[in-house]
Amino acid sequence: MIQLRIHGRGGQGVVALAEILAICAIREGKYAQAFPSFGPERRGAPVVSYCRVAEEPIYTREPVQQPDIVLVLDSTVLRVVDVLSGLKPNGKLVVNACESPEDLAREHGCENCLVATVDASGIALRNMGRDITNTAMMGALLKVETIVDPHNSAELIRTYFKDTSGKNVLSFWDAYRETQVADFSLR
Amino acid sequence: MSRREGLEISAACAEAVALADVDVIAAYPITPQTHIVEHLARKVADGLLDAEYILAESEHSAMSCCIGSSAAGARTFTATAGPGLALMSEMLFVASGLRLPVVMALVNRTLSSPLSIWGDQSDVMSVRDCGWIVFFAENGQEVFDMTIQAFRIAEDERVLFPAMVCLDGFHLSHLVEPVEILDREEVDSFLPPYNPKYRLDPHNPTTMGAFAPPEFFSEIKKRQDEELRSSYHVILEVWGEWEKRFGRSYAPLSQYRSEDAEVILLMAGAFAGTARLAIDRLREKGLRVGLASLKLWRPFPREYLVDALGRAEVVCVVDRALSVGGAGGPIANELRAAFHDVADCPRVVSFVAGLSGRDIMVEGFMEMMEKALSYARDEEMPYYEMYGVRE
Repeated sequence: MIQLRIHGRGGQGVVALAEILAICAIREGKYAQAFPSFGPERRGAPVVSYCRVAEEPIYTREPVQQPDIVLVLDSTVLRVVDVLSGLKPNGKLVVNACESPEDLAREHGCENCLVATVDASGIALRNMGRDITNTAMMGALLKVETIVDPHNSAELIRTYFKDTSGKNVLSFWDAYRETQVADFSLR
Repeated sequence: MSRREGLEISAACAEAVALADVDVIAAYPITPQTHIVEHLARKVADGLLDAEYILAESEHSAMSCCIGSSAAGARTFTATAGPGLALMSEMLFVASGLRLPVVMALVNRTLSSPLSIWGDQSDVMSVRDCGWIVFFAENGQEVFDMTIQAFRIAEDERVLFPAMVCLDGFHLSHLVEPVEILDREEVDSFLPPYNPKYRLDPHNPTTMGAFAPPEFFSEIKKRQDEELRSSYHVILEVWGEWEKRFGRSYAPLSQYRSEDAEVILLMAGAFAGTARLAIDRLREKGLRVGLASLKLWRPFPREYLVDALGRAEVVCVVDRALSVGGAGGPIANELRAAFHDVADCPRVVSFVAGLSGRDIMVEGFMEMMEKALSYARDEEMPYYEMYGVRE
């Protein structure tokens, strides 16, 4: 089972990203679960969602406490939320940031994990004119861990978003190509 | 052919309602029920569901609309949560007394105060004597299945009672998981059109909800009680047919590794999924533990529970509701009452946990079961314990 925790700010598609990933995995015949950290919806406030993908049925209803992968859709939450909390040793951290993964790792003391960065905001602004980064970050995620087939994911994104589907698919593939990775895992 | 789909459980509930081809939906939106009614409102607005969607000005009015439409012979659905159910409370008793087969999705939410929008089961427990059939779903598939089953059971001529399907607020309502969605033909073959013998009809006037003086009231209530109890047999019959048609079995309790168990954990709703993992972990440690997830709350399946749980040494009941000033968790209390005249019955240990959306982790369930065993064997047993509370 792969467990993910996704950080961002309300309105950036944190919940939708978890949902798209889960639906895509389920369409591939896997088991999956996606849910937000429960509560009132708060645009602009730090928010969290969770996703689990497995080959067997998932029974737990716990929030993900020890993620294999942490996704951060908005680098400003790095200052207010301990996004590395519970990240498994040799886990993966994927951040929407302009810095290189090496610089980000140094700045935030990331050890024993793989770090990936991509300028998802730049990609989203370029393609859609809006800083909604979830589809770009989905591309970055699949670059570091092939949880689902990227082509299936792109196809789902095409149908999931009505008016902006083409632009979201562009963002997805741009990020998939532009994501930089630095591996600080212990071998 | 049914299709396996990943979708939010609220959407699965709305799909079930649409496949049941309801005539009237009357509701007032309230967190965390909103996604269900939003999906249904969209289906009606888009012409995908030929139903009357009534946005009532309150839940009291929503249930009043449901009573009127059901009395007129329309298949009727509503959904609410927590405080919405509380505001509806007066009319819940009316719907049952009038024997109207309204179906409701109750997205369990706690009752204020302190003000909270999160989930627990204090709402349904506050109306446990209202005369509705009450089911608890544990996952998305059960929400979908039970919603369709609820129409069939409620509308059966031998039943004619309203029915509610409880799904935990947020932990089920806001979760995406795979659900097997039946197709129109499959649902049609299971659920015939609603065609009641008695209905409000201007051409054939009848009185419903008439005044009953003391000379008649008790007789009517006795019959209501007896008939709600006897709906149990119809529920089992319908579940049997469901299994035959669609392969998924239902019973008043769904049990896991409980056959030889010394300690059985009993609870209702989504958290039983997490508890299941605690059972596996304790079994690995050599403890004989099992799980019983309660699916039917009303009519209360007394004999079934006594039979299924009677061989255990301890039943550890985890209630997500508090009977303030009362005698422990509501499910624990009824179980104790069920065992009161049974010789050599298990000790019932009552925990109250998971209030207002507080998660219970696997370790929490393990600790409660281990505690329950030691309470029952060695220590003086508290009447109930609120688990995981900071002092």
